[in-house]
Amino acid sequence: MSDKPLLSIRDLQVQFALREGTIRAVDGVDLDAHSGKTLCIVGESGSGKSMLARSLLQIVASPGRVTGGEILFTRPGQPTVDIARLDPTGKPIRAVRGRDIAMIFQEPMNSLSPIHSVGDQLVEKILLHHRIGKAAAIDRAVNALDKVGIPNPRQRLNSYPFELSGGMRQRVMIAMALACEPALLIADEPTTALDVTTQANILDLIADLQRELGMGVVFITHDLGVVAEIADEVAVVYLGRVVERGPVEEIFYNPQHPYTLALLSSIPKLGARRARGQRLRAIEGMVPHPLNRPKGCPFNTRCAEARAGLCDQVDPRNLELAPGHFAACHMRDPAIVGDAVGVSA
Amino acid sequence: MTAFILRRLLYMIVTVAAISLMTFVIIQLPPGDYVTAMVAQLNLQGTTVDPAEMAAIRSRYGLDDPFWVQYWKWISNIIFAGDFGYSLEWRRPVADLLWNRLGLTFVLALITLLFIWAISLPIGIYTAVRKNTIGDYLATFVGVLGLAIPNFLFALVLMYIAFRYFGTGIGGLFSAEYENAPWSWGKLFDMGQHLIIPTIVLGTSGTASLIRILRANLLDELGKPYVTTARAYGLSERRMLLKYPVRIALNPFISTVGWVLPTLVSGATITAVVLNLPMTGPLLLQALISQDMYLAGSFIMMLSVLTVIGTLLSDLLLAWLDPRIRYT
Repeated sequence: MSDKPLLSIRDLQVQFALREGTIRAVDGVDLDAHSGKTLCIVGESGSGKSMLARSLLQIVASPGRVTGGEILFTRPGQPTVDIARLDPTGKPIRAVRGRDIAMIFQEPMNSLSPIHSVGDQLVEKILLHHRIGKAAAIDRAVNALDKVGIPNPRQRLNSYPFELSGGMRQRVMIAMALACEPALLIADEPTTALDVTTQANILDLIADLQRELGMGVVFITHDLGVVAEIADEVAVVYLGRVVERGPVEEIFYNPQHPYTLALLSSIPKLGARRARGQRLRAIEGMVPHPLNRPKGCPFNTRCAEARAGLCDQVDPRNLELAPGHFAACHMRDPAIVGDAVGVSA
Repeated sequence: MTAFILRRLLYMIVTVAAISLMTFVIIQLPPGDYVTAMVAQLNLQGTTVDPAEMAAIRSRYGLDDPFWVQYWKWISNIIFAGDFGYSLEWRRPVADLLWNRLGLTFVLALITLLFIWAISLPIGIYTAVRKNTIGDYLATFVGVLGLAIPNFLFALVLMYIAFRYFGTGIGGLFSAEYENAPWSWGKLFDMGQHLIIPTIVLGTSGTASLIRILRANLLDELGKPYVTTARAYGLSERRMLLKYPVRIALNPFISTVGWVLPTLVSGATITAVVLNLPMTGPLLLQALISQDMYLAGSFIMMLSVLTVIGTLLSDLLLAWLDPRIRYT
C-alpha cells in the first residue's frame, strides 16, 4: 500500500437529532482510501452507506451532521485537512468540494437541474474552482464530455437534461466530476438507476478514467457483482458500522464476519438449485430501525452464530485478522473463542 | 419558439372573440333594455314617458334590431374604427370614460404586482430556508392576517391612520389643489402618494398567498437531488439557492402576471368605492345596473383583452424561464 492514504477516516460519527431521538447513521467508522485504488462500501438499504459518503463532503442533509471523528484528507504535496472539523457552509470546505473530492449520485434523473443546460451547469463548476476564462472553461467542459464518451460534446452543451437518456445524464455527472480533476471520486450507487448494459459502460468508464488520472475512488453499492469487478478494498457496512473490511480477495475468499458470509451466500447462482439442490439463502429478518438499535453487536438480532449474553450485550472490538483485514465479531475473537475458529491468514 | 408564440396569439384571438360574444349575450339577458331601465328611473321621479317616445329612443339607438345585428354593429365599430359606441347613460362616447379608468386600473395593477413581488420574494425564500423558525412563524402569521382582513376594512383602517397621524386626507386620486391642474411633476408625486394606500390594500392578500405558494414550492425543491449536487460541487449556499431551487420555484410568480389584473378589476370594486378611486369597478357596476350595454360591454371586453394579454405574457415568460415548457 502507498505511504499515506488519500483519505483516512477515524471513528466517524454522523447523527440526526430528531424529536424521537438521536439516529446514529454513521457510528464509529474507520476507513482508508488510497490514490489510484477503489474502495467499495457495501451494505443493505438503510445501512448508512450513503450517509457515510455524504459526510465525506459535509453535505449530510439537515438535521443530520458530522458529530465526531476525523476525516483526514491529504492531497499529494499539500497539508492534511480534517474535513470533519470544517464548517459545512464555510469557504474551506467549499474549496474541497468538487475541486479535490468530487461526487456522483444515485439518481442521474434528478441530480442535474432540469432548467439549466448541461453546459451552463458544467462550466459553472469549472469556473468555480479554476481561475480561467469562460472560453477556456467551455473548452474544458467539451473536453470532459468527450472523455466520458458523449458524442458531439460541443452541441451537447446546449442540451437540457430532459433531452438526454439516463446513461447520458450519468455521463454528464461523471464529466462534471472529472472536469476539475479531483484527487478522489465518491460514487454513490451511480449505476443503480441504469440498465445492465449502461451500468457496465459506466463502470468501465470510471475504471478507465481512474487509471488515466490516478484518482482514488470510493464506490458505494449494494451489488456484490459490481464489487467483485472493480474493488481493490471492500468495507461491509451494517447499521452505520463497518463490520468487516479488507482487500477484495480476502473479503470474497476468506470472509469472516457472519454478516459478510450471509451477504455472500445471498447472491443467486444460476443453476445452483438444479445442480446442488441449493435454494437462494436470504438473511433472516430486517435491518433494525435506526432508532431501535440493538445493544451489543448491531447484527446480533439476525446472526446465526450470536451467543446470548455476549453478542447482545457487549460491543465487539475491531480485530485485525490478517494484515489489512479487519472484522468486528466476538465469534472471531481469539480471546473469546480461543484459537480454534476462524483466525487464519 | 416562433411557432409557440403564433399558436398562442391565435388562441388569444379566438378567446377574445368568444368573450366578446358571451359578454354581449349576458348583458342582454336580463328582461328589458336601457330604455326600460331609464323609464323605470324616471317613473320613480314622478315623470311618465310616452310609449311613442320610448319607441323613438329605441329605434334611434338600434335597440329594436335583432341581437346579432346589434352585436355586429358594436364589434365592427370597435375593430374597424376603434369606436366603442356611445354610453346611453352618460351621454358621452364610451371611449372617453374607458381610457381614463382603464389607465388607472392598469397602472395600479402594475404597481400592485411589483409590490407583491418585492415583498413576497424575499419573505417567501426566507420562510422556506428558515423553515419552522420564529421568523417563519411570524411571517406566516402576518401573511395570514393580511389574507384574512377584508380589503375594505383594511382600507378604512389605513385611511384613518393616514388621516390621524400623517394629516393627509388620502381618499381619491389627487389632492384638491391638483384635481383640475394640468400634469406636472407635482401632480405625479401627489398621485403617487395617493396610490400608496390602494397598493398596500390591494397587494396584501396577494402577497400573503404568494409567500405561502413560494414557501411550499421552494421546500419541495430544496429536497431535490440537484440541490445536493450543487452543494457537493462547492457552490455557496446563497448562490446555489438563487440559481437553482428559487429559479425553479419561481413559476407561480410569473403566473401572477396573468391573474392580478382580473382580480384587481373584479375584486377591487369595494376598495375603489371606499377609497374613492376612479377605477373600472364602480363604473362597470353602475353600467350593468342601468343596462348601459355599450359601456358595460366595452369595459368587460377591454379587461378581458388585457387579461388575455397578461396571460400570454406570463406564458411567454414561463417558457423563457423553464425550457421544459418550450418543448411541449
